[in-house]
Amino acid sequence: MRSDFVRREVATGLRRNVTMTVAMVLTTAISLALLGTGMLAVRTIDSTESLYADRLEIQVALTQDVSAADQDCSQPICSGLKKTLENSPLVESVTFESQQEAYTRFQQLFAGQSIADVARPQSLPATLRVKLADQQTGADAVRQAMNGQVGVRTIIDQRDVVGKLFDFLGGVRNVTFALALVQAVAALLLISNTVQVSAYTRRVEVGVMRLVGATRWYTQLPFLIEAVLTGVVGAVLAGVGLVVAKFAFIDDLLAGIAQNGVIPPITIYDVLETSIWLLPIGAAIAGVTGYVTLRLYVKV
Amino acid sequence: MVAMATVATHEGSSLPLTLGDGRGGIRERSPRRAEGAGRTRVAGAAPGTVPTVIRLERVTKMYKTSTRPALDRVSVSVDKGEFVFLIGPSGSGKSTFLRLLLREDVPTRGRITVADLDVAKLPRRRVPRLRQRIGVVFQDFRLLPNRTVGGNVAFALEVIGKPQATIARVVPEVLELVGLEGKADRMPHELSGGEQQRVAIARAFVNRPLVLLADEPTGNLDPDTSQDIMLLLERINRTGTTVVMATHDHSIVDSMRRRVVELDLGQVVRDESRGVYGVGR
Ligand SMILES: Nc1ncnc2c1ncn2[C@@H]1O[C@H](COP(=O)(O)OP(=O)(O)O)[C@@H](O)[C@H]1O
Ligand SMILES: [Mg+2]
Repeated sequence: MRSDFVRREVATGLRRNVTMTVAMVLTTAISLALLGTGMLAVRTIDSTESLYADRLEIQVALTQDVSAADQDCSQPICSGLKKTLENSPLVESVTFESQQEAYTRFQQLFAGQSIADVARPQSLPATLRVKLADQQTGADAVRQAMNGQVGVRTIIDQRDVVGKLFDFLGGVRNVTFALALVQAVAALLLISNTVQVSAYTRRVEVGVMRLVGATRWYTQLPFLIEAVLTGVVGAVLAGVGLVVAKFAFIDDLLAGIAQNGVIPPITIYDVLETSIWLLPIGAAIAGVTGYVTLRLYVKV
Repeated sequence: MVAMATVATHEGSSLPLTLGDGRGGIRERSPRRAEGAGRTRVAGAAPGTVPTVIRLERVTKMYKTSTRPALDRVSVSVDKGEFVFLIGPSGSGKSTFLRLLLREDVPTRGRITVADLDVAKLPRRRVPRLRQRIGVVFQDFRLLPNRTVGGNVAFALEVIGKPQATIARVVPEVLELVGLEGKADRMPHELSGGEQQRVAIARAFVNRPLVLLADEPTGNLDPDTSQDIMLLLERINRTGTTVVMATHDHSIVDSMRRRVVELDLGQVVRDESRGVYGVGR
């Protein structure tokens, strides 16, 4: 195989068709960038999940009168509930947070905001904070055991709250994957079309090649390399786009929640690691598309 | 001064090529074979005779879109070094005949061999090997417009992976052979039709094929230029290359007095050595 021959053919092919090549590269880049965004969303969801996995608690809020009367869970209602929970094998530990402690935490959480000023200790419930030993079945067991018991006001599963965040991230992921898919279809069609146009503009060359007995590698490789180059250049552009997007939008967008530790921040390493994946993905998809097109539509 | 260059042929032997005598002369190797008018050739070479290069045995080609066969039980065999005219009216199957030899298409029935290759049964990946042993020229030259004369000829070698050194040596030789010395750097559009066809012949011959197929190579040329092209094809034939030329040019066939295979509606209606165009039917 003579590499200078193939190189020259590829260069001519790409140049002869500049507008098409640019369209092909851009579409591929957008598709891959969306795919990359989706992959970052998945990554964030995963790391968020592991961030919360051992932190999540079930809070059993006590009624107003129990909360007000019992400051250390020493009275029968509260200690009864606590004992019941602690006796369950699904529960790891139970801690009591008194009305006063809740108020302190509330003040810290909303420091500087007007809601902190209007809140009074009496308006906050005392809670039993339950850490689960069994994340799967524990929550339901606690709910069943506590529901309707004397002294219990509500049961809050933190995972319901965090679930909303996951729903949001999952939504981001699904939307970007869907868009990436649509763009990918557009990119595939463009690549396929470009290969066909490219083969058509080079039909005299290809015809001569076939007649003089060039092997399939010689006749097809220039087209395949053109397609793969498109995929690679598209992937590089997509990677650059993701890095730019990280500093331009994502950092701002996530600044609030990421700083509070609600979700882990997306670092430049996350972006680069994801971008690296786009290279082989882009090259492979473009290469396969080119190959299939040649087999189906082009007599080479 | 006479320089000797040795060019490998497909037989594995070497074909001595005498160069530099100013006329592009080639040592002539006329095939010696028995010639008899009106003979019907049978397949298979007896011991001591020239080997058969092309053989068609009851070859029928039906195109899907057509009701009558383009070729109808055609049996022809061609010896090494022969010059054969394939004549007949338009639509009689001449191009189909050549396309089947090149494996551009496969016969519906029958068997085709070129050298030792069973053409119809050849697996796809072996087809390039067949085509590397066959040179082809067409009525419309099929030159690459954006490559020079030398580049066009070199292209045929580049795409079958010949080393650059070989290409640099062989291309000027073959351009001299076809009478285009000094025109290697011209572009095809700067040449006359006859010269363009010479480039095409140079490209077809540069890899020293066993067989040269020509599909109406003079169809676009005036009579004088056609005669020049015929002289060139004869010269190539004298190097031992088998030539099969489809044509419906009466004067050329009549003046050459070579073997004539005539097709009509896909059937061989005449096969005689030293034939003329319209006689003998
Ligand atoms: N690709 C094809 N598809 C269908 N019919 C064809 C095709 N090529 C040739 N034919 C038919 O086969 C017959 C022989 O054609 P061809 O070999 O081109 O004859 P010639 O070269 O002698 O003019 C004609 O009737 C022609 O219409
Ligand atoms: Mg024809």
